[in-house]
Amino acid sequence: MTALIIAEHDNRVLKAASLHAVTAALHCDTEVHILVAGQACAEVAHAAAALTGVSRVLLAQAPHLADGLAENIAAQVVALAPAYSYILATATAAGKNVLPRVAATLDVAQVSEITKVISADTFERPIYAGNVIATVKSSDRIKVISVRATAFAAATAGAGNGAEVVSIDAVADSGLSHFMARETTSSDRPELAGAKIIVSGGRGLASAENYEEMLAPLADKLHAALGASRAAVDAGYVPNDYQIGQTGKVVAPDLYIAVGISGAIQHLAGMKDSKVIVAINKDEEAPIFSVADYGIVGDLFELVPQLTTALG
Amino acid sequence: MKILVAVKRVVDFNVKVRVKSDGSGIDIGNVKMSMNPFDEIAVEAAVRLKEAGIASEVIAVSCGPAQAQETLRTALAIGADRAILVESQDELQPLAVAKLLHALVKQEGPGLIIVGKQAIDDDSNQTGQMLAALGNMPQATFASTLSIADGEAIVAREIDGGQETLAVRLPAVITTDLRLNTPRYVTLPNIMKAKKKPLALSSPAQLGVDVAPRLAALKFSEPPARTAGIKVTDVATLVARLKNDAKVI
Repeated sequence: MTALIIAEHDNRVLKAASLHAVTAALHCDTEVHILVAGQACAEVAHAAAALTGVSRVLLAQAPHLADGLAENIAAQVVALAPAYSYILATATAAGKNVLPRVAATLDVAQVSEITKVISADTFERPIYAGNVIATVKSSDRIKVISVRATAFAAATAGAGNGAEVVSIDAVADSGLSHFMARETTSSDRPELAGAKIIVSGGRGLASAENYEEMLAPLADKLHAALGASRAAVDAGYVPNDYQIGQTGKVVAPDLYIAVGISGAIQHLAGMKDSKVIVAINKDEEAPIFSVADYGIVGDLFELVPQLTTALG
Repeated sequence: MKILVAVKRVVDFNVKVRVKSDGSGIDIGNVKMSMNPFDEIAVEAAVRLKEAGIASEVIAVSCGPAQAQETLRTALAIGADRAILVESQDELQPLAVAKLLHALVKQEGPGLIIVGKQAIDDDSNQTGQMLAALGNMPQATFASTLSIADGEAIVAREIDGGQETLAVRLPAVITTDLRLNTPRYVTLPNIMKAKKKPLALSSPAQLGVDVAPRLAALKFSEPPARTAGIKVTDVATLVARLKNDAKVI
């Protein structure tokens, strides 16, 4: 049995998110191949080939594969699918976009966001904002699976592991869609998904200016990533991709500092697997305190600067 | 141009569900049910396109039990013109729903299909992409802005690290993210009007779709509960705890 992993990358760098899918695939007890579909992305293929447990990298390059268009990437995966028992991707925005298109084309179910491999055909996955864990069994010949990154360790590059890199023919351009523009938030801070420490702000910050003024110095001190609750994103304090929660990003850092976040179940769904949670909130009844290891009840506008100073 | 929107009846987002004591399912006997919030955004987006003169008709579809008629009435009250319920008491998994919607797309011939990106009950995030695949249509998922021009939908999508803009040829499938719009409040006169709008009934058998589940649910359980820790009174104590007890800084 062999698993095919759809690598996520920007044609230059293999995204760390993909490393977790490799580990999940190895738990299914299979040989692991990685598909790198893009344009001028040979470096990504070589990074993938160095990962422990990976035995082959398939490299498909074409201009119409450059921007991750779901129609073309899915077609590339479907063309390879008959040789595989598993097709996996990490449940990032990119993985969630492409994978169901692959599954439906193959007429198989998709198992979304698995958090555990029980056996070769049985998996655990959270539903209802993580309040329920469902154990599901797939009887499809090809199992299409998205992987929750925080539930599986990242695969590492092994010294001397040099999987073969095989160039394959790119599928034709579907012509159904085209890429126009991408705006990414450039930041010197770590990415939310892989950060060891996250400082996250909610409605209590009350404005974009306050969010920046209160949380940026704290995040700088801790080398932390910045996140937010839906309320803070909806209010325009921070961009969309800061959102942590059921339908945003799911994170599990060593330390999560929730500032002015009340803790709706949808938010808790995205962060309650963090190792240590700190909550700063003026409302002592706020649900965030029910999951926090350490809570301080008080005015965040006094406490956060104190904390930043105390960290030296 | 017709627009087809799909809506799902789900446990209301404010309800914390419980697993049945024997682990065989979720206890949703007496809990409040609502339209999936992302689907509400989908209906709003479709109705706004009609109000802007871009769409001629908005058709709301739901696949599920007879009670999903209530959900469809809400869609009609927001401004959809007519509704179709594909009635089934059986569990409908995303691939089955995508096949049912695909059958309706073939009947109705919409230029645009708008669905929520994810249902907040099973959190699958699959149906829109699957429908696009079955119809060999392009997809623009996690949409935060949407406009129509020259036979294409121009969509800004929420991605990790920012956003990107795609042009997709119509007919296409759009899945909604939270920032696409804020759905309007449904007013009483519109609820009254919605009662008179047509609601047709169909079924998987009539549409010729096999909806047998592909994934067997073996068990449901509740995750280990995280317990509340301690309240500290000042920042110095917090820092000391994080350094000495938790050892995370």
